[in-house]
Amino acid sequence: MSAPHRIAVVGSGPAGFYAAEALLRSGVPVSVDLFERLPAPFGLVRFGVAPDHPKLKQVTAVFDRIAGLPGFRFVGGIEVGADVSIPELSVCYHAVILANGASLDRRMGIPGEDLAGSHQAGAFIGWYNGHPDAAGLSFDLSAERAVVIGHGNVALDVARILLKTPDELRHTDIAAHALDALAESRIREVQIVGRGGVARARFSPKELGEFGALADCATGLDPDDLPDGIPEPPIDAGAEARANAAILRGFAEAQGGTGKRRRCLIRFGLEPVRLAGEGRVDSLHLRRPGSDATLALTCGLVVASIGRRTAPVAGIPYDERAGVHANLGGRIQADGVPVPGLYACGWSKRGPHGTIGTNRACGVETAAAVLADLAGLPAPIGNADALVASLAKRIGQTIDYAAWRRIEAAETARGRASGKPREKFVTRAEMLAVAAAAA
Amino acid sequence: MAYVVTDACHGCRYTECVTVCPVECFHLDEQMTYIDPENCIDCGGCAPICPVGAIHPSWQMPAGKGEWVEINRLRAAETPVIAAKIAPLPGADAQAGRLAS
Repeated sequence: MSAPHRIAVVGSGPAGFYAAEALLRSGVPVSVDLFERLPAPFGLVRFGVAPDHPKLKQVTAVFDRIAGLPGFRFVGGIEVGADVSIPELSVCYHAVILANGASLDRRMGIPGEDLAGSHQAGAFIGWYNGHPDAAGLSFDLSAERAVVIGHGNVALDVARILLKTPDELRHTDIAAHALDALAESRIREVQIVGRGGVARARFSPKELGEFGALADCATGLDPDDLPDGIPEPPIDAGAEARANAAILRGFAEAQGGTGKRRRCLIRFGLEPVRLAGEGRVDSLHLRRPGSDATLALTCGLVVASIGRRTAPVAGIPYDERAGVHANLGGRIQADGVPVPGLYACGWSKRGPHGTIGTNRACGVETAAAVLADLAGLPAPIGNADALVASLAKRIGQTIDYAAWRRIEAAETARGRASGKPREKFVTRAEMLAVAAAAA
Repeated sequence: MAYVVTDACHGCRYTECVTVCPVECFHLDEQMTYIDPENCIDCGGCAPICPVGAIHPSWQMPAGKGEWVEINRLRAAETPVIAAKIAPLPGADAQAGRLAS
């Protein structure tokens, strides 16, 4: 049997795992090294999926099975682009697949966006999910009203976490620092603001529907936004838009007299113009598209959730418009010509859309491109095992999948004491210490 | 709770659903697919991608389709997992056209 082809996958979120699976189950002899900059895998399943959506996180059982496939190796704690470059990888692997997600928030580009109290959704979500890069942030939750800008599921996540009671979050895997801060929150109203109408909102009906079942929060609409009621979305808006319209009608009718102490308002047809305040934000100014009249919302916290894009990687062609690595069907392209041996998968290939499983079809497509090209790719002149060993030496230890499982076991044990599925370690140092101590 | 395949799939079996299921919880027989409620994680990815709108959440079943919750549970236990797309059944396009009209 010939030596297996060696593939490096960069990023251990769903796209990285599903690409690895498609390669390892192809019947072609390949081995896959899955690089991850943190000691913990799973990308947005760990750091994006909201803590009160535990069922979605059960997908990690599938990733554990993929990690057990022959030829799979997890290379944790190594940041491609900092610890090792793409050209260094290309020397040691037949192919490199970038599955590094969409880590940058799109900015609104309005005055006052950088005032204290104005944040990007990515930072807030990383904070409550215990991402090491966000664990040290703080959010001022002392004002009565917060505003979330954007009409997608991420905006709903942000608003829901702000509006749930501590008891609704206590037994989730929310980071302890976030639970403590939210327990002291004085926010009583969150407005979810978007430019479009009901038919254009990108909420999924299931997640929108959760706002009808919050323990201490009533959800409603502002009649000023939709003076003629909620229009039935056109047929071509799709079944989800029609389901959303039905749910929103329910919210509009149920308004008032609930006895609940917190309120969520879902607002339509309002475009942010500027944030104002002395040193920190105290109001958000909005206008109706097509009109000059503005209205001001007093608020102490603004979280923008208007989209994400992939962080460009040095030397990799970038599609500015789509905010992804320039690619066709997963093959990275420079000026329309494929770059041999370089591929993309997941959000860094197709943009920040879809459910977790969308990445499975995406991984299958990218893996198929790699496998089709494999015979024509030059054999690597470097040694991947030597490279991985030298990288481990650089961080002083090897974070393979067994090391991650030790970290995970320690997190689960910590969580048990407080009735949580896990209590995440929120710094790299803690994770590395646990992995080393238990080895 | 889980998503549920209903009789709209019967005789179609496009299997678009299978390609986006993150947990391989689809099963199939000669006529249609079924979702294993023990494995489904409620991600909802399959429902909008089904060309015939056959898939619904168990907590929001259309009128008259409630029995399919139990049928999925029973048939998923008796049938093999399907992890990759296969060709639709003959006549699937005609059925999809009927449902759309």
